[in-house]
Amino acid sequence: MGSFVVQRLSQTLFVVLAAALTCFVLMRYVGDPVNNMVGQAASLADREAMRRNLGLDDPVILQFLRFLRDIVTGDLGISYRFGVPVSKLLLDRLPATLELSICAMLVAACLGLPLGVWTALHRRSALSQVLLVLSLVGVALPTFIIGIVLILIFSVWLGWLPSFGRGAIVPLGPHWTTGLLTVSGLKALVLPSITLGLFQMTLIMRLVRAEMLEVLRTDYIRFARARGLPMRTINYDHALRNTLIPVITIVGLQFGNIFAFSIIVETVFQWPGLGLLVIQSIQFADVPLLASYLVLIALGFALINLTVDILYAAIDPRVRAGLTVSRAGS
Amino acid sequence: MQRVSSLCLCLVLALGITCADAKTFRYGYRIDPASLDPHALAETFTLSWLGQIYEPLVGRGKNLELVPALATKWEQPEPKIWRMHLRPNVKFHNGEPFTADDVIFSIGRIKAEGSDVAYTVTAVVEVRKIDDLTVDLVMNRPNPILPMQTTSTYMMSKAWAEANGATKPASVKNKVENFATNNANGTGAFKIASRQVGVKTTLIPHEAWWGPKEHNLTEVVFTPIQSDATRVAALLSGEVDMVYPIPQQDAARINATGKHTVLTGFELRTIFVNMDQKRDELLESNVKGKNPFKDKRVRQAIYQAIDIEAIKARIMGGTSHVAGTMVAPGINGYDPKLDTRMPFDPDASKKLLSEAGYPEGFEIGMDCPNDRYVNDEKICQAIVGMLARVGIKVNLLAQTRTKYFEKILSRNTTFSILGWQPLSYDAHSTLQDVINTPRDKIGTYNVGSFSNARIDQLTDLIENEIDPIKRQALISEALTIHKEEIGHIPLHQAGLAWGVRKGVSVVLRNDDSLELRWVKVED
Repeated sequence: MGSFVVQRLSQTLFVVLAAALTCFVLMRYVGDPVNNMVGQAASLADREAMRRNLGLDDPVILQFLRFLRDIVTGDLGISYRFGVPVSKLLLDRLPATLELSICAMLVAACLGLPLGVWTALHRRSALSQVLLVLSLVGVALPTFIIGIVLILIFSVWLGWLPSFGRGAIVPLGPHWTTGLLTVSGLKALVLPSITLGLFQMTLIMRLVRAEMLEVLRTDYIRFARARGLPMRTINYDHALRNTLIPVITIVGLQFGNIFAFSIIVETVFQWPGLGLLVIQSIQFADVPLLASYLVLIALGFALINLTVDILYAAIDPRVRAGLTVSRAGS
Repeated sequence: MQRVSSLCLCLVLALGITCADAKTFRYGYRIDPASLDPHALAETFTLSWLGQIYEPLVGRGKNLELVPALATKWEQPEPKIWRMHLRPNVKFHNGEPFTADDVIFSIGRIKAEGSDVAYTVTAVVEVRKIDDLTVDLVMNRPNPILPMQTTSTYMMSKAWAEANGATKPASVKNKVENFATNNANGTGAFKIASRQVGVKTTLIPHEAWWGPKEHNLTEVVFTPIQSDATRVAALLSGEVDMVYPIPQQDAARINATGKHTVLTGFELRTIFVNMDQKRDELLESNVKGKNPFKDKRVRQAIYQAIDIEAIKARIMGGTSHVAGTMVAPGINGYDPKLDTRMPFDPDASKKLLSEAGYPEGFEIGMDCPNDRYVNDEKICQAIVGMLARVGIKVNLLAQTRTKYFEKILSRNTTFSILGWQPLSYDAHSTLQDVINTPRDKIGTYNVGSFSNARIDQLTDLIENEIDPIKRQALISEALTIHKEEIGHIPLHQAGLAWGVRKGVSVVLRNDDSLELRWVKVED
């Protein structure tokens, strides 16, 4: 088990390094940040001097090594746009995105799961069909359109919920702020969470439905029925429990996706999280911020996958066995 | 939150005044100011927004006319000196008095490394203190427009900057955060109560402000709202009292609600077309061995092939001002006699192309931003279509402004559109930065390298001419030559649109600057 973890860990490190290098090379194509950092009065010579000063003239590989050195020493640099340390900016914006992602995931799971079970158990009912068609709409409609339509209905027409921002926030500690403790903060969360969670909800619903139908066809369910167990016990105790294993895996992995999709939702709702920060940084070519963000995201994804791998190995002896066999073979 | 905060405010105010006096003004703009440091970035919105907190010596009134700000009087005792009589009893937000020492310090800071507004005081070589409330700005050459150039040159407190290690402007080069980037201490009518970068900024009135109180605000909440649709929705849902800019396709809908009004005006920025007139062979063209843009007939052919009225009607929703010259109305030096266009005439255009030796037309590349100016990409697409009708095939490259400016400022461009708003509100800036032959610090944005020796010479004369009438004649002469030579093709000034809730009055100034000191919330 120990060597398995070490092996996966070194793979993860390699993946993060490769991702960092890719991001850094791609950064060449977001444009020249210097023209955004000076006003229209700066001469071409001034701009050239600034470029040299920032080391933007150096070969990419040199800039990359410098970036790695800084990251290892914990210095993410200063944002070109805000003139504030990148680490502070990222930390300040993280709570907003994390809260939104968790709420969106909760919306998706709490609605998707029961709806999936229900549509599986009542396959032939008209409501099931309607729900399935609606879920297709949820999959097909782009997030930003859903967001704008929700704003139009609930903010502009009905005036129930705010159209932008995070509402009143309460500080918890030096970096953490939360909107979960105020009424306006909770109200502000509703529309973005639904918008962000809708796609995942339909995904979970369809997945649960398919898994459930699969399980309901298996022999042990049939035997349970033959034994005369009550339907409720069969459906919720035996069938649902077996359905949940793949669903939980998907939910875990989709959390990363929700984090990434938040870029669009945050733009539509002016949600002051990482996504909004990143989209503005792309427009500005704020290289230090973008590079740090992308590396951190790569690290996050790699860690999630690492955890899943290790958990699998812990749960399922076959994974470990396969590892031993492949090593014996080589 | 809204109710909670006004409740808190009521509790505070209950000591003296009644709650009915609490007036919060909420507004939103497309972006957040880049920095609170008034000398860090010469960007129109940042400077305009900081003008609520910091003040210049000479300011601008409701029609952009010069008005006294921190200086009550300014005069030229001799051509190379501007004498500023400072306003007495002015207090910074932290209570310190404003004196001549702060002027000397601020101008020094503006000239320091890392400052982006040094161009406003290039001519100033020394600041002499006459007494606590009088300073002489000594220049290396006569400069008649210094008061105009310095209306965004803000004064900072010497003591405050020294105490907080902010004696030099914020610069990313230093790799450290500057105190002045996120803190401010000006003399303006409003001061920062709290700020979350990129999220929300709260301002409150500076009680000791020197000016007459024309506003009735007790609190101002500013939020950047990037997405157009969300910005409009925030206004319509009543969450904010005012937003700008309003996309023109939404203007009618907003007016139709009966609860909101859209105020309109024209930008001071002129949009125009650049043509590479320097290279002997164009970069992106099928014409080899020669440069068609060197031939005035070709430039005129392009001019007359562009149906600007169609662009105004179809793309700009009728809100733009069609331009015949490079300088917008409202800019000092604007000459209405020059603001007429050659007629739109595709037949004349084809004839000119034939005469120039291109009866079949030719092919060129075009650069265009897609997120910088109002409808920039659509304007370019329209021009592509219009030129196709006279036989010029244009390959459009529309991209984000970061990429676009990188390309055109490195001069790797053949044909492009660009916009220019003189930060000094004076025609000299357009001549110097856009029309003059590129050299050293001059002609930075003349990306087509148009060159005319007489205009270069006139620009120098304009810089030093003190008599306003003679100066105007020189500006008109230079702009006339440029117009006849078709150095660039002016297109238009885009319309400005602000959306305001009924019951709130604001003053729309044509430089797109919202001045909080003129905002009134009635109910």
